[in-house]
Amino acid sequence: MTTSDALLTATIREESGRLVTALYRRFGDFDVAEEAVQGAVVEAVTAWRRDGTPRRPAAWLATAAQRNALDLLRSRGRRARVAERLSGEQFDEVPPADEVAAPDPDDRLPLLFACCHPALAPEARLALTLRAVIGLTTPQIARAFLVNEQTLAQRIVRAKRKIVAAGIDLKVPEALDERLPDVLAVVYLAYNEAFVASTGSTHDRDLGSDAAWLAEVVADSLPDHAEAWGLAALLRIQHGRARARFTPTGELVLLRDQDRTLWDASAIKRAGEHLERAASLRSPGPYQLQAAIAMCHAEAPSWEETDWLQIVTLYGVLIREDPSPVVRLNGAIALAQLGPRQAARALADVDALGSSLAGYHLWHATRAELLRLTGRPDEAEAADRRALELTGNDAERRLIQTRLRRHPLTDGS
Amino acid sequence: MKYVLMFTHDPAQLAGVSEEDTQAVYGKIYAWFQENASVITDSGAELQPVETATTVKHGGVVVDGPFNEAKEVVGGFSVIDVPDMDAAITLAKTWPHLELPGVAVEIRPMVEDYSQFE
Repeated sequence: MTTSDALLTATIREESGRLVTALYRRFGDFDVAEEAVQGAVVEAVTAWRRDGTPRRPAAWLATAAQRNALDLLRSRGRRARVAERLSGEQFDEVPPADEVAAPDPDDRLPLLFACCHPALAPEARLALTLRAVIGLTTPQIARAFLVNEQTLAQRIVRAKRKIVAAGIDLKVPEALDERLPDVLAVVYLAYNEAFVASTGSTHDRDLGSDAAWLAEVVADSLPDHAEAWGLAALLRIQHGRARARFTPTGELVLLRDQDRTLWDASAIKRAGEHLERAASLRSPGPYQLQAAIAMCHAEAPSWEETDWLQIVTLYGVLIREDPSPVVRLNGAIALAQLGPRQAARALADVDALGSSLAGYHLWHATRAELLRLTGRPDEAEAADRRALELTGNDAERRLIQTRLRRHPLTDGS
Repeated sequence: MKYVLMFTHDPAQLAGVSEEDTQAVYGKIYAWFQENASVITDSGAELQPVETATTVKHGGVVVDGPFNEAKEVVGGFSVIDVPDMDAAITLAKTWPHLELPGVAVEIRPMVEDYSQFE
């Protein structure tokens, strides 16, 4: 990525959501606002690479977006008079970020809540959030999540149409506690989907970094919400370990085998601060627990020197809140590290998950390890073979990557 | 914005509710209309049971029964005028009949701007 590309990416991420909100407030049409900003993003990619970086990138983007909005309003005819009246005004009236102090709460937040509204189809929320709030283009999103571009575009169009037709306003809802989990879930999903795609499918955007950034935007704007900080901490840690998670050829490296010197110490430090902030609010939840577990790993010098007792305790609490098979599998892996007696109990726990995870190679691999620990080498070998069958070739590796999307973050952490 | 609230239920599930509970909910529904009078622009209608439905289909075919085969049926509707979708959801959540099993409220925005058809 060149300097100009890096600046372009940063500007788009920083400005897109703010511009959509500003244009919506100005013209009262969400679809026009979103379309106008998306158009400006696409233009910026071409123009900046051709002509170099403009002197004021944020203002450049704002001007282009506003011009697009006026064009769209004109072409849609119905609002022609409004457009005529407004076209005489200065283009750069939408204040770019580098000229105004960030309002409080963050002006991206109302947009984010609208994009994650429960009246929208769950699969549309993620796509719309990535496009409208952080300025990803439809082809980028389609590439990153391995979905058909046209299907995705349709999904986005339908969601935008519903926002307009059903009167979903851009605002931070009164029922904040009820709606925040939906927003956090979308940001979490954005990271996990990106995690799978991190073998490098979008050369010009780092989705993992975008998701971690967005989680911090949410937490900064809603500083009294512990789970928002929990998610920010979790994604910051995960992203801080991302470089060690894949080999240069794109294969997944399990946590125990990762080169810990590749972890980003400053990201982990920052995550620790988020986690402390969350803890100070005394309102625990699943994201904070996952972040706390990830932090135990991040602080351990090696797999062997990990504070397993602490991790097992945290999993006990997490499983009460989220008893999903993958969480229980990971809890069992941690339990088995405590000693032979615990390994036997972990094996029983893992066996109980067979009905839901029998098609998952890590379930077999985990069983194999536990069988070996409990002195049953023959069965261990059979389980290993089964795991290998499920991971045997490239096609199956791709299958596992697809599974990883459904069972996120199962590298043993 | 104007929305139609469509009050739906599953007659089979409601059949199991005692007469006493049904009457209690009806009392609350009456109060609900009073309390929300300021945003209800048309109190709409409560419909006779679904057994009374007759449907005219494409081609002029007249059939006995409701327009679809679903278990849930529309029992009535009202028109509300509230600022946005969140307000409509908030109001719909207070619909007293929701205390009973098989009851749901569908929220549908009304077409208000006919300029697109001009």
